[in-house]
Amino acid sequence: MNLVPAPVAATFSRIGARFDNRPAKITLAVLGVLFVYALPLLNIPLLTTPDSDFGGVLFSVAAYALIAVGLNIVIGYAGLLDLGYVGFYATGAYTVGVLTQYHWHWPFFLALPVAIVVTMIAGVMLGAPTLRVRGDYLAIVTMGFGEIIRLVITNTEWLGKSGGIAKIPMPPTIGTPPQPGEPGGLFGIPHISWSTFPNVVDVGHETHFLSFTVLDAIPFYWLIVTALLLVLLGDKLLKDSRVGRAWEATREDEDVAEIMGVPTFRYKLLAFALGAGIGGLSGAMFATRQTFIQPASFALLLSMLFVASVIVGGAGNRWGAVAGGAVVAYLPERFRGFTEWRMLVFGIALIVLATWRPEGLFPPRRTRRAKAAEAEIEELEGDAANV
Amino acid sequence: MEFLLHHFFELTISGLALGSIYALVALGYTLVYGVLQLINFAHSEVFMYGTFAVAWVFVFIGGKESSSSGLMAALPTLLLALVVAMLVSGGVALALERIAYRSLMKRNAPKLIALISAIGASFALSEAMGLRDKFAGWFGLDDNLANYVSKPRDIYTLPVTVNPHGLFTLGDYRVTDVDVLVIVSALLMMVGLDQFIRRTRFGRGIRAVAQDPESAMLMGVNSTRVVQLTFFVGGLMAGAAATLYMLNIGFTRQDAGFLLGVKAFTAAVMGGIGNLRGALLGGLVLGVAENWGAAVLGTGWHDVVAFVLLILILLFRPSGLLGDALGKARA
Amino acid sequence: MTFSSKAVTGLMLAGLATASLSACGTTDSSKNADGGKCGYKIGFLGAQTGPNGNLGLNMTGGIKTALDAYNKDHADCKVSLVIKDSQGSQDQAPPLAKSLIDDSKIIGVVGPGFSGESAATGDAFSQAGLVTVSPSATNVDLTKNGWKTFHRVLANDDAQGPAAAKYLQQQGAKKVFVLDDSEDYGTGLAGAVKKALGSAVVGTDSYEKDKIADVVSGLVTKIKGSGADSVFVGGYYGDSGLLAKKLRQAAWKGIFESGDGSEDPGFVDQAGAAGAEGAILTAAAAPATADFTSKYEAANGGKAPGLYSAEAYDAATALLNGIDSGATTRSALLDYVNSYDKPGVTKQIKFTKTGEVTTQTIYAYTVKDGKIQPGTPIK
Repeated sequence: MNLVPAPVAATFSRIGARFDNRPAKITLAVLGVLFVYALPLLNIPLLTTPDSDFGGVLFSVAAYALIAVGLNIVIGYAGLLDLGYVGFYATGAYTVGVLTQYHWHWPFFLALPVAIVVTMIAGVMLGAPTLRVRGDYLAIVTMGFGEIIRLVITNTEWLGKSGGIAKIPMPPTIGTPPQPGEPGGLFGIPHISWSTFPNVVDVGHETHFLSFTVLDAIPFYWLIVTALLLVLLGDKLLKDSRVGRAWEATREDEDVAEIMGVPTFRYKLLAFALGAGIGGLSGAMFATRQTFIQPASFALLLSMLFVASVIVGGAGNRWGAVAGGAVVAYLPERFRGFTEWRMLVFGIALIVLATWRPEGLFPPRRTRRAKAAEAEIEELEGDAANV
Repeated sequence: MEFLLHHFFELTISGLALGSIYALVALGYTLVYGVLQLINFAHSEVFMYGTFAVAWVFVFIGGKESSSSGLMAALPTLLLALVVAMLVSGGVALALERIAYRSLMKRNAPKLIALISAIGASFALSEAMGLRDKFAGWFGLDDNLANYVSKPRDIYTLPVTVNPHGLFTLGDYRVTDVDVLVIVSALLMMVGLDQFIRRTRFGRGIRAVAQDPESAMLMGVNSTRVVQLTFFVGGLMAGAAATLYMLNIGFTRQDAGFLLGVKAFTAAVMGGIGNLRGALLGGLVLGVAENWGAAVLGTGWHDVVAFVLLILILLFRPSGLLGDALGKARA
Repeated sequence: MTFSSKAVTGLMLAGLATASLSACGTTDSSKNADGGKCGYKIGFLGAQTGPNGNLGLNMTGGIKTALDAYNKDHADCKVSLVIKDSQGSQDQAPPLAKSLIDDSKIIGVVGPGFSGESAATGDAFSQAGLVTVSPSATNVDLTKNGWKTFHRVLANDDAQGPAAAKYLQQQGAKKVFVLDDSEDYGTGLAGAVKKALGSAVVGTDSYEKDKIADVVSGLVTKIKGSGADSVFVGGYYGDSGLLAKKLRQAAWKGIFESGDGSEDPGFVDQAGAAGAEGAILTAAAAPATADFTSKYEAANGGKAPGLYSAEAYDAATALLNGIDSGATTRSALLDYVNSYDKPGVTKQIKFTKTGEVTTQTIYAYTVKDGKIQPGTPIK
């Protein structure tokens, strides 16, 4: 009952062994990162969405991945089912909207850290009273909070009510400021076009480094990918530290963890706040890319999709979360070829994914270990029964 | 505040009528949660298919041409619609169990992945209804079939408008026959279900599995059958709720379930998820509290009132108003 | 080994999905690929699925009606339609707008459908010089952004609101209760009505769009309790119809008025003949001609036109007339639309510098005997 078929696992470990020296590993990582940055320029056939702008789609893919990594801290590490995560996403977006446009005119990069801090405070404020509620009750309480945040925005004049906040400024361009018809930036990077093979360099389509305009989502994608990589690094450091172990202990058995001297409540609150902060970061990015936000953008359904990203990827594994976020954001865009049928197909795809990989696409190592142990026990029991 | 006091009975009765529908739908969430400990997110779509079934029965009997009638005249059709809607909703619930859950349950998959499967099923079911014109197209969309499709993705209205008649006066409000029918029949359904769970062999099986699935299996309870039955019974209740909803509101659309489902789920948790009487109490409390809250604060705060109340209740009673065990729901 | 067989099934499904995707990758454009050498395209950006899918389908129905007529006359040089489904959501719209902009064969766009998505994409279209003609976005501020390509074929909320208020008072309304649906369109229109009515407003409230079922009884209590002799609803027929029905069932005798979002047969369906009787629906569109209705039904498999169908038809016709006249580049078509001046189904289509339609006549439609009667201009 091993999740990964044995030959595949063996191949992976062989590859791992071959690169078990540091320089090679680092080279591989650098190449991988470069590839991620270059992805929107490469226009890889089949991967590129034919019916929507690939740069824009990749931006939402990265935004979902970022959200999933944040929510993974809450669901995967600390074991708290949060169905109201969209509330934090909205808090981040609205903090940026209010600070950079609606009431003040701060530059984006000054508003960004404030948005993260405000969202973390919101996380603590929501978490402190509610985290004492356990299990599935927490799910509905957080769902309620997510809705409350949206409804309060809808009904509050100071936040623009249902009309939202328009003309949120974009991050400042590095290099020549863009003019109408002139993309600005330092230099242009041509895209790749495979239809004209072997002449693949497409000088007709260029992305200017680093010019933020409404016409090109790719610089925004680079910005959010950078944030994602930083968050992933922080996530790794945290998970491997005492904090990560405390979360694991709390998730597996809260009472035992408490007896062993882990202040479980404080660690749960920390997970909630960190998760919220990352949600806020993603929301802030969304606001500056979109330049226009409305309460309608933060509907309950989004929370469900966020949770789906984490679970589909494999709760507890940061790479799983990235993959899950990517899948949930990417599939509906890729499915545009199905026109009106695409949401139906997406629903079916979720069922198929769930049934096909119940542990998620990339389950965390401990799940794989537990699964293997379970299979072993089953096998032994089976042998005993056959005697 | 003064407004609430002046219209106290009117707001309370209409809150109870809505709350009864929440409660009936909440039963589906509560039953499945009690037995499987999973949030059947797609239950809202089970309800939505019921609402369409009700409308289609009315179209089948009287055509799509809109008309109006009193409650008594509409009663025979309404009863037929009730039966059909209960069966349709029950059938959808069974299909849901088979397609989205059974293989996951068999393999003892994590509960959360079942939630994802449920979200997927919810999308698929709702979208399938939105695409009803395409499916009808496969069978040749003639004028007759077009009556059942109407405009895709648009509201689908009950052709008969049932006009309520005042029965008696309560304080400031003339209570109508529709109010009475909705509240009383919801209560009857719920009492019936409660008795079914408590007194019959099937009910014992459900309670046994809810309490301890492994021991129940050892005692010879067929747990697959019990799970199927739980889904089916939840579906029947959702079908009944759908009938009352259509009688009261009179229209539906492919996302009508999602909107009501959130409330019904809230009601189930408020009362103590897994507890049948809790679902009833939660539904009624939610319906009334929302109505009062909206009257005082403004309708835009209607749902805020609902969720704040939920959070307050859970803070003081962490497992809901009546506690949360279906297996223990004896007294 | 049960698992690996599941895995294989999963992979097969995924493979199947990809295969069918590549098969129908370019949907509409490939369908009309026989259009000869011209291959001009117009785009549509708006909802096709999701909660507002019905309104978007009404719009594409109108566009297809115009396109069918055009392609019948120009069999050697057909124009095809590229539909981008935003689900009416401003979050999904920007990459879709970009993909329309990136397709150099697309020289004009009908849409964006709603105000939110218009606000989110207007800047991009303007910078790309791709002309857009919206059949339904009525938010007042949209034309104040300095966009060069934005046009709409219907009056904005600031034109409709005062007219609706005036008509209501002409009917003898003294005490008006004003409701909105907490969305861009509804709040904008209701706000304009409130402003025009001034002290005649005796109460205001708002519900959430598509969620009126939970709150309608409370609203009825409120309206009756306020002593209002009339109600104005800024919202769509999916909600206003139910409110009208419940008000009449509660024996409320006042005047019921709503805006163009309710001017759809769906309103009467939902309210019932008795509930809708006497209701006034204002709209910035002249009554649809029988000729348009029959053309629409022929082009859309017998489906009747709905809210925004005629506006979308007018918007598409303006673009197609431009292509016909030889304005086949983006800049030429933009110039053509800017100086366009021809009668449409809903009104004379001619735009101001900012892209507002110059004819801002508002019509009042009254429901009688279960039918929306042909409207008369509000004076």
